[in-house]
Amino acid sequence: MRGEFKEIVAFAPPASTTGAIGWLRQNLLSSPFNVLMTIFSAYLILKLVPPVLDWAVFSADFIGKDQSACTSGGACWVFIGARLDLFIYGFYPFDQYWRVNWMFALLAFTFVPQFFDAFPYKKLFGLIALIVVPVVAYVLLLGGSFGLQPVDTNKWGGLMLTLVLAYVGIVAALPIGVILALGRQSKMPVIRTICICFIELWRGVPLISVLFMASVMLPLFLPEGMNFNKLLRALIGIVMFQSAYMAEVVRGGLQAIPRGQSEAASALGLSYWKSMGLVVLPQALKLVIPGIVNTFIALFKDTTLVLIIGLLDILASVQSAIVDPAWRQVSTEGYVFAAFSFWVFCFGISRYSQALERKLHTGHKR
Amino acid sequence: MKKLTIALAACAVTAFTLSPLAANAATLDNVKKRGMLVCGVSTGLPGFSNPDSKNNWSGIDVDTCRAVAAAVLGDAQKVKFTPLTAKERFTALQSGEIDMLSRNTTWTHTRDTSLGINFAGVNYYDGQGFMVMKKLGVKSAKELNGASVCLQAGTTTELNLADYFREHGMKYSPITVDTSDQTIKGFEAGRCDILTSDQSQLYSLRTKLPDPNAAMVLPEIISKEPLGPVVRQGDDQWFNIVKWVLYAQINAEEMGVTSKNAEEMKSSKNPSIARLLGGDAGAKMGIGADWALQAIKQVGNYGEMFERNVGLNTPMKIARGVNALWNKGGIQYAPPVR
Repeated sequence: MRGEFKEIVAFAPPASTTGAIGWLRQNLLSSPFNVLMTIFSAYLILKLVPPVLDWAVFSADFIGKDQSACTSGGACWVFIGARLDLFIYGFYPFDQYWRVNWMFALLAFTFVPQFFDAFPYKKLFGLIALIVVPVVAYVLLLGGSFGLQPVDTNKWGGLMLTLVLAYVGIVAALPIGVILALGRQSKMPVIRTICICFIELWRGVPLISVLFMASVMLPLFLPEGMNFNKLLRALIGIVMFQSAYMAEVVRGGLQAIPRGQSEAASALGLSYWKSMGLVVLPQALKLVIPGIVNTFIALFKDTTLVLIIGLLDILASVQSAIVDPAWRQVSTEGYVFAAFSFWVFCFGISRYSQALERKLHTGHKR
Repeated sequence: MKKLTIALAACAVTAFTLSPLAANAATLDNVKKRGMLVCGVSTGLPGFSNPDSKNNWSGIDVDTCRAVAAAVLGDAQKVKFTPLTAKERFTALQSGEIDMLSRNTTWTHTRDTSLGINFAGVNYYDGQGFMVMKKLGVKSAKELNGASVCLQAGTTTELNLADYFREHGMKYSPITVDTSDQTIKGFEAGRCDILTSDQSQLYSLRTKLPDPNAAMVLPEIISKEPLGPVVRQGDDQWFNIVKWVLYAQINAEEMGVTSKNAEEMKSSKNPSIARLLGGDAGAKMGIGADWALQAIKQVGNYGEMFERNVGLNTPMKIARGVNALWNKGGIQYAPPVR
């Protein structure tokens, strides 16, 4: 008898391995240790999250102008709103805020496209961000030309100052770092010695002491009448310091490139700069993106150290506002705000670097 | 190498010894040429120098600067404020980065004699005190035996406290924290029975409590902290100007000249008022005859300056106390203008 082919329906997987229950068993309850960890974590979440949410959202005050609006016992975000101008613009004159806003807009306008692959003219935007924006921002913020009212740097502060410090640091430290790294590997003894001395000197001292020397000791050595700007001194200190770190990161990348690459380049008749620029550096820099971004993020956070030399960056302006006797205890709100602002920027930088790594991935990763 | 080291050391020494001398160039001329007074203030100390709700610097130290600017340049707004931390304040003054320092600075012998600076008077008499919760029922610092004390690390507060308790044969347990807002949090949470700091700061910290009236500042003051403006040593003309602007404000309060009536009082029949507001006192210091008039009209007399920044109608709620005039029970006293 010829039977018809009959499909045997596969058994459904056991109910305990699929769906929500399966996920739970596999991820949370797979071993006695994991069961314990799950219970512990659940306890922590239940214990910590509701009070924090309650403080930060449900019983917080958002609307109002002064202390009297903060009555519900939760966070007093009114304080952040009332002093936001100080945290963002520092002492910048009120009627000139548009200049700072333009700088923010320019930064956003040139950087946001970098996050999207499909965006046209990305390279152009990138070049503008690195070369044109610093110049425009300098003219715009400092004023004194093109009919702009001059604004002295002692009026700069808050987020704007933090961004200026970090941006100048980042834009200047990478090229200087690359040059130092190449110099350190150079065959010319004078250049090599200078680069090694520079790197080891700046890497050997903490940033806080660099800033302190720049603001406390340097003025004593300069002749009277030669007081160059405190912000400039801090900026030079930060750039020198970070470029020394950057140089070592880049050197790590250079050493990972096999010798054959540069030998092949010179066999093709490429000059030193061409073989570096076209063959070695593109590969080396791609390898050390995580290290470079690490340095950038550290730099961004290190800018808060300028508060010890009396520059009111975002953290220092929060600190000077929370002691205001017109407000009750708002230090937690202030610090949470400052931390959140830093997180937004650092997280952004880190996401961008991951996207860049994926894009430039050419099978070198293991 | 050795030669290089010696040369470098020589350079450093010369730079060190020369720069204070070089800084002696007439500060007044520099200020006039610049059209701007550069004044060192704190990075944020309520009542003394702090950004206010409109992001302007305000406080009693700030007003001291503004008064000098009004006297010298005729405009109290022509001041550039340079926020300074406690560590860099004297260097900034010595190096000529600022023209005067008005940053809650205690006048002590060491500072006056060894830093190349001069104290130009006292704009606030402060002193270290104690704050307790009223419910403890303590009325005097002498009843504090065995108490736990919140204080800020690394300040002279610590030393004064130890001296005071040893002198009175009492014991205490210190709870040292890093910033002033941590001291008040510890105090509020009951980690310590008393909080010690300069009295002016105790009043501003008290406003941070949920119920400021639950705490009180004890009457005892265990240290002397005369605070005032500071100038570089060796420029007597500038020293005189800063000193006499403050004296003019104190004299104005004593004679009843205020920012509102200063203009009318100019034609007063009282000769000492006429001398203060007109006269040749300004010319003797190399500034305009209306120096005191401008300072008082634009900034106010000492009493106005005090009440506006730290007085009873501000959140700080500090009574005049020792900062009242000498004829009203305090010790603020100014030599006469004549």
